[in-house]
Amino acid sequence: MDALAIERLQMRFPLRSLIPWRAPRVVHAVDGVSLRIAPGETLGLVGESGCGKSTLARCVLRLIEPTAGRIFLDDVELTALGAEDLRRRRRDVQMVFQDPTASLNPRLSVAATVEEPLALHTELAGRARRARVDEVLGEVGLGAGLRDRYPHQLSGGQRQRVNIARAIATHPRLVVLDEPTSALDVSLRARVILLLGELKRRLGMTYLFISHDLSTVRYLCDRVAVMYLGVVVEEAPAARLFGHPAHPYTRALLSCIPVPDPDVTPEHLTLAGEVPSPIDIPAGCRLRGRCPLAQPVCAEPVPVREIAPGHTVACHLV
Amino acid sequence: MTDLLALQDLTVHFDTDEGVVQAVDGAALRIAPGEVVGLVGESGSGKSVTALAILGLLRPPARVVSGRIEFDGRDLRALSEEEMRSVRGSQISMVFQSPRTSLNPVLPVGYQIERLLARHGGAAPRQARERAVAMLREVGIAEPERRAGQYAHQLSGGMCQRVMIAMALATNPRLLIADEPTTGLDVSIAAQILELLRDLGRRTGAAILLITHDLGVVARLCDRVVVMHAGQTVEWAPVRGLFHAPAHPYTRALLRSIPRVDGAGVMEPIPGWVPSLLAPPRGCRFAPRCALVRAECAAPIPVRAVGAEHTVACVAVEAS
Repeated sequence: MDALAIERLQMRFPLRSLIPWRAPRVVHAVDGVSLRIAPGETLGLVGESGCGKSTLARCVLRLIEPTAGRIFLDDVELTALGAEDLRRRRRDVQMVFQDPTASLNPRLSVAATVEEPLALHTELAGRARRARVDEVLGEVGLGAGLRDRYPHQLSGGQRQRVNIARAIATHPRLVVLDEPTSALDVSLRARVILLLGELKRRLGMTYLFISHDLSTVRYLCDRVAVMYLGVVVEEAPAARLFGHPAHPYTRALLSCIPVPDPDVTPEHLTLAGEVPSPIDIPAGCRLRGRCPLAQPVCAEPVPVREIAPGHTVACHLV
Repeated sequence: MTDLLALQDLTVHFDTDEGVVQAVDGAALRIAPGEVVGLVGESGSGKSVTALAILGLLRPPARVVSGRIEFDGRDLRALSEEEMRSVRGSQISMVFQSPRTSLNPVLPVGYQIERLLARHGGAAPRQARERAVAMLREVGIAEPERRAGQYAHQLSGGMCQRVMIAMALATNPRLLIADEPTTGLDVSIAAQILELLRDLGRRTGAAILLITHDLGVVARLCDRVVVMHAGQTVEWAPVRGLFHAPAHPYTRALLRSIPRVDGAGVMEPIPGWVPSLLAPPRGCRFAPRCALVRAECAAPIPVRAVGAEHTVACVAVEAS
């Protein structure tokens, strides 16, 4: 049984039409994505701005309602739950956001912040609830001396630890991490990644880790899915994806990331131009306009093929 | 070769309600003509303050306490505000981290370049117009005539940064200071911007001081590197020397701390925290975080050579 199963998820945002007799144009933010995460597994979802990765995360939390597709958490169909049932399941899916400062209430102390989800979603009260708060703060490496501090009295790394503590307080089945380290300084980044890895090993956490930073994905993820303009173009076990990237987009992304070694010359595969608008999506392969390897066949619908166990690629040329 | 820029013993303090923040403490660096020098360190290491000091852009509560900033044989600290403005416009220019907020939102981007050319290049209006469009083409902007008439909010982040680079290079400066020029951009766009900077640097002969916390960017772009920690410059090295034989304990810890996309390395956080600059440790400011700490670390730290063009400010490192 999967912890999370996403089936043919689609999220379209209609734009307001300025000309009354013309059909409104539509942003295809997520366009038929299917993904699975096993319990205790970490799936990395990578791609550049506008590829739909954060929209997908919002759908998983049902912060927005997908236009089509189904999402299952432990065989419970989240997308079919009514408001009351959904509220009861909220404790099972939690999220850590990118900006550690903006996602904390400046008027709540550390302890009050971590206590809030426990008060809302669990039966815990009084001393038991306070004990759980102290336990979770210990798990993320925040000492008891910090429990009465306010966000402005904490460093960026400490703030992100509070966010992680709040997310794991209710023993969720799945934690969605949306760029949790990209607002942090280099040395803090390493600490937060190591903490997330340790929580995963010790508590068996299941993560959906959303990032544009392939270097951190490599450290934390078991499997990786690469998104481009609303679709998954490649999915593989992490070691396989970094060792044998197959899709031209994945290869280009990897070649773009500078390695801290002046003697390493990366594969030179540059994508032309910028990500096109998700409003007028080209037919066939969506990368076609930027891909250095594009052929006429790329205008045809793209087949998804499994080229090795667990390694699927959506490209005509692979 | 004579240096284009030589910075010696730069000390900058900020007067705040809590006390004096000793942001930069005796920093030194030099840049030869046409060379790309990386200035690296964690947030709060004083990289940007050093850049602003070079440009003479520090304003109260910041205060340059001491230091000599020599550019092309001239002492920049001795120049009047008027002379310094002319240096900034035509000989040293800067590209900032957030391109969209650095551009004027209510003027077309092409016009912003024209104004700059008119002010510092003495160009006539029509020439300025043509030159602005040519600059936009130079930095790889498609349809430069149309883009010149657009505003910052109509351009993508990558395009805004290209406009900033066009502005910075419009007057043919001899030194370009780029402060985290790719932070906040997508990886594929960041790679394009770095390539553009390197190519334009080579083509125009401008030296580049690249301020970044990303050691990958340094490895890809720089000829030499200066490492800063808590306001002190701690190591100066050619790029290969820095990555293959890092000498300062901080540099070594910094290199070990970064996750690498090629999977090499261990990703081990730097021990401890950047010290408070209100009451920084005497002598070496890395000492409280350092495994090799000894009594001499609390005294002024001598700079010694450890290799060709490779020097380090650390008493625990063996001189070569």
